[in-house]
Amino acid sequence: MDLKNRRARLRTFVLSLCCALTLNPFSSQADEKFINLASTTSTEQSGLFGHLLPLFEKRAGIKVRVVAVGTGQALDQGRRGDADVVLVHDKVAEEKFIAEGWGVERLEVMYNDFVLIGPKENTAKVAGGKDIAVALQKMASAQTAFVSRGDKSGTHAAELRLWKVAGVDLDKAKGPWYRDTGSGMGPALNTAASMNAYILSDRGTWLSFKNRRDLKVVVEGDTRLFNQYGVMLVNPAKHPHVKKELGQQFIDWLVSAEGQKAIADYKIDGQQLFFPNANNANAATTTPTTNPAKK
Amino acid sequence: MNTLVESCLTALTLIIGFDNQLLAVILLSLKISLAAVCLASLLGFPIGALVAVGRFPGRRFATVLLNALIGLPAVVVGLFVYLMLSRSGPLGELGLLFTPTAMVIAQTVLITPLLAALARQVIEDAWREYQEQLISLGASRPRAALTLMWDTRFSLATVVMVGFGRAVAEVGTVMIVGGNIAGVTRVMTTTIALETSKGELPLAMALGIVLVAVVFLMNGMAYVTREWSMRRYG
Amino acid sequence: MSENLFPLVMEGVSFHHNGQTIVDNMTLCLDGATRTIILGANGAGKSVTMRVLHGLIAPTSGRITWGGQVARPLSASNKQAMVFQKPVMLRTSALRNVTYALKLAGVPNLERLARARQAMVRVGLGHLESRAARVLSGGEQQRLALARAWALNPRVLFLDEPTASLDPTATREIEEIIAEIAAAGTKIVMTTHSLGQAQRLADEIVFLHRGRVVEQTPATEFFQKPRSPEAAAFIKGELPWI
Repeated sequence: MDLKNRRARLRTFVLSLCCALTLNPFSSQADEKFINLASTTSTEQSGLFGHLLPLFEKRAGIKVRVVAVGTGQALDQGRRGDADVVLVHDKVAEEKFIAEGWGVERLEVMYNDFVLIGPKENTAKVAGGKDIAVALQKMASAQTAFVSRGDKSGTHAAELRLWKVAGVDLDKAKGPWYRDTGSGMGPALNTAASMNAYILSDRGTWLSFKNRRDLKVVVEGDTRLFNQYGVMLVNPAKHPHVKKELGQQFIDWLVSAEGQKAIADYKIDGQQLFFPNANNANAATTTPTTNPAKK
Repeated sequence: MNTLVESCLTALTLIIGFDNQLLAVILLSLKISLAAVCLASLLGFPIGALVAVGRFPGRRFATVLLNALIGLPAVVVGLFVYLMLSRSGPLGELGLLFTPTAMVIAQTVLITPLLAALARQVIEDAWREYQEQLISLGASRPRAALTLMWDTRFSLATVVMVGFGRAVAEVGTVMIVGGNIAGVTRVMTTTIALETSKGELPLAMALGIVLVAVVFLMNGMAYVTREWSMRRYG
Repeated sequence: MSENLFPLVMEGVSFHHNGQTIVDNMTLCLDGATRTIILGANGAGKSVTMRVLHGLIAPTSGRITWGGQVARPLSASNKQAMVFQKPVMLRTSALRNVTYALKLAGVPNLERLARARQAMVRVGLGHLESRAARVLSGGEQQRLALARAWALNPRVLFLDEPTASLDPTATREIEEIIAEIAAAGTKIVMTTHSLGQAQRLADEIVFLHRGRVVEQTPATEFFQKPRSPEAAAFIKGELPWI
């Protein structure tokens, strides 16, 4: 009967529509070569990947799909086998990753630095200083508002290390002035901007951050603020499906002269953000040349 | 206020300028959510219909369960699907994590209970009117469910729109299972989240306006179709 | 499977609901030829009795037998049909409402169309085949309900106050169709509020009072010389000039 036919036709149409919709986005990626790179939000938001990856794709014909999460989560993705390559900035965690057998080898790639951001009014009287430890001590005793990422990220780990270096026992000193937001760099900066609080940020995210309100860089250049990046191939022995040849190609390119130059070429407002240091023993002690014209 | 004005202007410029990237992102959002809502309807409507007209032990429990699942937190669904599709998970072999397919699956899981619960309500109301006549004519329960699904198609179309709205506005689920990969799994909502976290508030707001406009347009079309059909069929 | 459906017997049937006894240990025997009309005051249990006979409601106790065999659960093969006070139509064309019923009854495709068309013509709706069923007038929808029932070629047709919501003209049309259906060989079991209608259509009257059968009499006798005081009071109440 007509009604039955119409209903059957409608059902077929709907089903084919669904199939088309679901398979279509799928099929176009079945033929291209790609790897999954787990990296951090700060690296992604600095814009480095937007600059770097097209160059690699042109060179090798491999697409790099970046899933940007916190360092802890990125390493976890590596452990689960959901990523082929991991690029993060937490040396201790990375070495543990290798020791546990999840990664093949840790190679140093580049470093960038953290900066202490604070309100223009300089409430904690730390502006212009070159010593991060002194600045943190002053802030802890003055109990000025401070925003922490609190999300097991590389930045968060660095922040906690710096408090220790400054001799501040955070558990004792913590109070309502210390705002643990559990969020990424961007959202944490948003929070700091609206609270007029201090915050530790990587330079890259800060330079691309548009919602600054009354915040500016107050402490920078201390060598203890340097932030080393390491890249690792997820161990195919633990996860046989890992794209080890393609992944290795990417790693090789990153540490090659061409890749390292590409990293160095990335600038925001004329400022270089990342300093290539693959195969360089003195990585973390080299001072980045900072452009005096900065906000 | 300035941000809002700036956002509206940016939104207009984006729309009129037919920015390629924006178009790709909008299309991907629509594709994923439409696919999800189609699958969720195919799954959810029969379930809702059978619970509405069926006679089986635990029917009332099923009703309460469906209604409760409407409030399923999106981020929990995302986490669940992530763990399922992860290489270390039971369905890891399929290699679906961080692909649009994973996002379709996640959104489908999210809105199927919603569609089932709403369909159940719609069909139960219709069943009250049709029950005696359909049973008199000798319709079996599954048969009656099928008949009512077709008969209430206009109300169900509205239910579909509700499901679509929920799916396309979703962030947490698609962020976790999609990974927000540029050019691959980045949709409107995750782009808005990204731009917000970068401090690009006017752009994020502009994208938000575009998203609302798209959803509004789809609902408008559904409404018009429904009005016409109701007048035609009564 | 016996093709002999009659007599249709209610044996000691009771129906309780929410603590109320609506049908009280009722025994009733209907044959396959006469046009039976069930009468009674409001709350006498007419609607429930109809539905128990048809198989829509399961009695709390007692049973229904068709030609000596216990009633099977309602399905399209029972050769019964029922028309309700308010016609229930699907959101589709008038014709498709009829063919839907035929499809449920397992009638093959081509035959469905022919029988449906024929039924619609017989009730005078041949020109409204493709009209949406739910936009038809009340009278037209009820005629359509009858067409749907007729197309099924039922052995028994139950009607629950079929003209209660209709105007006199529509009522006459419906009554004519019912008479035609009866003449073609279908057993009619009907309830009505209108004694005039009962007089016009009935061969026998079954009079209910408080959930029990008080009288089962040929129609002419019932109206002129009711055998029970309840029936007499009922008629006098409705038709005081008799």
